[in-house]
This record gives sequence, C-alpha cells and structure tokens, in this order.
Amino acid sequence: MMNAAILKSADTHPLTWRLDHLGSAPLDIKTYESLEGYTGLRKAITEMNPQAVQTLVKDANLRGRGGAGFPAGVKWSLVPMGENAPKQKYLICNADEMEPGTFKDRLLMEELPHQMIESMILVGYALQVSKAYIFLRGEYVVAAERLNRAIDEAKVAGYLSENILGSGWGMELHVHTGAGRYICGEETALINSLEGRRANPRAKPPFPQIAGLWGKPTVVNNVETLNNVPAIVVRGAEWFKGLSRGKSADSGTKLYGVSGRAKRTGVWELPIGTTGRELLYEYAGGMQDGLELMCWLPGGASTDFLLPQHLDLAMDFDTIAKAGSRMGTGLITVVDNKQNIVSVVRNLEQFFSRESCGWCTPCRDGLPWSVKLLQAIERGQGQAGDIEVLEEMTHFLGPGKTFCPHAPGAMEPLQSALKFFRSEFERGIMKTEIQNEEGLKAS
Amino acid sequence: MSTANPVKPSNLLATDRSMRYSFHQQDREAILHSIEHYDDARSASIDALKIVQKRHGWVPDEAIAAVGDILGIPSADVEGVATFYNLIFRKPVGRHVIKVCDSISCFLTGYDDLISAIKQHLNIDYGDTTADGRFTLLPICCLGNCDKGPAIMIDDDTHGPVACAQVATLLEKYR
Repeated sequence: MMNAAILKSADTHPLTWRLDHLGSAPLDIKTYESLEGYTGLRKAITEMNPQAVQTLVKDANLRGRGGAGFPAGVKWSLVPMGENAPKQKYLICNADEMEPGTFKDRLLMEELPHQMIESMILVGYALQVSKAYIFLRGEYVVAAERLNRAIDEAKVAGYLSENILGSGWGMELHVHTGAGRYICGEETALINSLEGRRANPRAKPPFPQIAGLWGKPTVVNNVETLNNVPAIVVRGAEWFKGLSRGKSADSGTKLYGVSGRAKRTGVWELPIGTTGRELLYEYAGGMQDGLELMCWLPGGASTDFLLPQHLDLAMDFDTIAKAGSRMGTGLITVVDNKQNIVSVVRNLEQFFSRESCGWCTPCRDGLPWSVKLLQAIERGQGQAGDIEVLEEMTHFLGPGKTFCPHAPGAMEPLQSALKFFRSEFERGIMKTEIQNEEGLKAS
Repeated sequence: MSTANPVKPSNLLATDRSMRYSFHQQDREAILHSIEHYDDARSASIDALKIVQKRHGWVPDEAIAAVGDILGIPSADVEGVATFYNLIFRKPVGRHVIKVCDSISCFLTGYDDLISAIKQHLNIDYGDTTADGRFTLLPICCLGNCDKGPAIMIDDDTHGPVACAQVATLLEKYR
C-alpha cells in the first residue's frame, strides 16, 4: 500500500515510519518499544507537566486531521484544568472513519495499534482525563481486535494503570465499537452514541470541552491527529513545523491518498502541502489508460469538487479553502471523463440522504428531495426549474440553516457540480411543449 | 367495553416480555462486563444488542425488554437505539450478511455492475434473504477500503476489488 521507493524515517514520517519494520503481524509491544515506542509518553510524564504538553502541541500548530482542521491545542485549551477541575474528564478518539473516499485511520489502527494507544494515554495525561474511549466503527473488526490486544499488553507493561509510570495519575482506556451510521462521526452525535443513545447531534454551546460525555469535560480528536502527538513530544514543535518543508504554512505530514480510476490507488504519508498533481501523477501513477481527469473531491464526499486546473494547489487547509473547497480528510477521489457527473452527484446525495439522522427538517426532507430531482435529471426527465430548486437547496441546507454540518456538507459537491458542469444538468431537463413550439417558431 | 381485561400499562407489558427472554449465561456476563467500562450503564446498550445479535443473528422483540432491564433503562429507549443503527438487525437475517459498499469510490470503480451481478446470482434484492436462509443482502456506506474498490463485506471479512466474475466463487466460501 505504501510507496516502497520512499525511505521513511522517524524524522520524516512520524506517522508511518514504523511500518517499514513491520513483519507479517502488526507491531507487538516489544517491537514497538524497540522503535522508540512509548518514549513520547515516558518523556511527557517524567519531564513535563500536563500544561506544558498542551502548550507544545499548540505551538506545533497541529490541526485536526478529521476534516475540519481546527487546531488541537486550541480545542484542548477550553478544558478545565487544575485542582478545581471536575474529577471526571474524558478523551474520545473519533475512529468512526466513514467519510466516503477516506481510508487512512484504518491503516494506523490495524498496523500500528500501539502508536494509537500511546497517543491516547499521552493526550489523556495532557488533559488529565479519568477515562478515554476509542470510538471505532463497527465494521473495523480487525482494528478492534488489535487495539484490544494492544491495550492488554500496555496494561501488563504498566503504561495503563491507576498510577501510570509512577506519576500518581492514571486513566482507563476502552475500545467502544459502534453499529453503523455516518452521523456518529459528528462529535456531539458521537457523544450521544457513546452514551448509548440515538446519534442525534447536540446543540453547541455548551462545547464538549465544558459539557460533553455524561455532562463532563470531553475532548474528541481524530485518529490521525492523536497519532501525531508522541512524535511532537519527542522531537519538538519546531521540528513538526519544519516537516511541511516550505510547501505550506501548515505543520507536519499528512496521510494523503487517491481512490477512483487511477493506476495505483493507495495512501501515503507526505509533507502537508503536497499538491494534488504530485498525489495523482507521482504516487498514484496517473489515471487509468484511456481515461482523463474530469474533476476531483479533495477530501471526501462532503468537499466541493475541484477541476484539473486546481491540481497544482498545495493540499493544505487554507489553500484548498481559498479555491472554494475544503481539504477535508485529504484523501482525494478522482472522477474520470467517462463518468456522468449527474450520476456521480446523485450517488453522493443518496449517501447523505440515507445517512441523515432525521433530527432537523431541512436535512431530513431536503436531502431525499434533492435525490429525486437528480434521479429525474439523470433519466432525462427533469422538469424546467429543477436545477433552480437544487440551487436554492444549496442555500436552504447550507451552513447555519441546519442543526449540524451534515446537510451543509452534502451541499458542497452539489453546488460545485452545478457551478462547473451546469450544461450536463441542463441536458437532463425535458423540453416542454411550449419550448418546442417556440423552437419551431424560431426556426 | 368490558372492564374485565384492562389494558396493562406498558411498563408491565415490558416486564412480561422480558421474562420470556433469558440471556445465555455467557451473554449476560459479557453485557455486565461491558457495563463496567462506562460511568453509566446505558452506554452498553449498543454492545448489549450486538451480543444478543451474535447469539441469534438478529435481535428478537423479547430481548429488547431484557436489555432494558439489565441496563436499567426503558425498553422504548433500547428499541430507539436498535432501530437507529443499521448494523443492528430487528428481523431475522441469513447465516451470512453481505454488505455492499455503495459510496463514491466504489461507485466510480464498478459498483453498478457488481451489485447487478450479486443480485442476479442470489436472485434477491436489497433487504432480502435467500430462500435457503444462507445470505442477506444489504447496502453499506464507505468501508474505508476505497483503494480496493468495489468493496464488499461478508460477515466480518472485507473483500476488494471484487470483479463480477468472482462473485460466484467468493460466495461459495460462505456455506
């Protein structure tokens, strides 16, 4: 899966360098320890106070890898600390990877389970949590097995106890497996799901850092975000900022990937700010023979389409946002010229429509409506005005109009497809008799 | 209307139903173990439903109330959870459940042809179970296997890319 030609080291590939030392099995604790494993945790607990770890991560400018790009250190800074803070505080790893076109967290959890566990304990220490959970999607059964085994090994080795490495602080860590539904990836819906409820989102504020799981301070971070922390503790904030090597103002590396009809689809750890062109042509080997790139989703189903002309943009949060889309998860989906863009958008909206939790009206009723209109246009049976209704929907279901970001995310590929490929949609609108008559008169 | 048989309050009804379902000893222990992971027993509701489902292949009506009792929450809440999550089955399924990814990357790499081939081979549609009780066919959202699309999951195994010509041989492994 990884590109064998790249020489990986702990200095250049903090997330995946250990994969080169992987035998046929995922790293056990002894092998992991021999590869600098648990040194970040050990350093944090023996040399740094929790606040210092938080400051370090803030200085490193580690931005959330789940798609939103919110700085992790800033997110953490809202958590009450010190003597008067609640005794119950929680850390949740969002391992509900379900954004269509995204397949990076699976790799980290299946192949490097101890790196995940170390990251959880280290961030748990920084926030002084009492319990931590890995909220893992139900379908990732291999990851569940390996993470649970890693937790057992970590307990035996003394990394997970009531008094971790003699610090006087301890926490519990559990794998919580889900039972489906994309909406669980939204952090407040995830908290409801972890509480054993239907995964409807909650209103913010209060933010989870103040009142989250069971009403207590809670931080929810993505798998890849957390996996960066041990290396930042070992190597420092300046090193992390330097990893993007002038390609971007953002820090660190990023797990990038390509799916769709490209030659060598896969996932690669590269400096953040690597361009879409490098990903598609250098790493994925270009489009399959006979196909050309029509458009691409930069980071999942809920990101606006970009065109081939955008391939030279740095894949980082700010640059892709300036081009009118979002980097999202950073795993790009390439759409080739043999695809019908209306069908592609219909597929995306069908997904969002099915996965709506049904809590608020615009999302619950608007998304199925958009699917019906797109299906009609796809069959060439669209009515005059259908495209305008779809355009209105991109506003009525847009940011600020719904309870959570689900429907606004669904509108991103729709609005960009209408912007770039309007004539393809117009072709699916039936000509009315009046238009035909007018056409005849004109001719 | 006769008053000889008054309608029972729903909570009594729930208790009656639960008495008809008793957990397998191992399942009860597994649920009690799961409860210990959380500061509130309700959090184990999905786990409990999955444990019951592992036993029967699906979650029977009677088990809903029993799960409510063991967690100390209303059975209506358990039913609410059971019907929200797509990996909890509230009606019987076949011995093997086939989940076909219909999200964007698999759509671009041949989903339409693959699902036609599977439906034709099994002679069933989504949501159906084959007459011999062997397979149930369901759609699933992105399996995180996008570089190997089109992908499907059979029980706990993820497969991909799956060519239409492979469908018969692949399914043959699941008896």
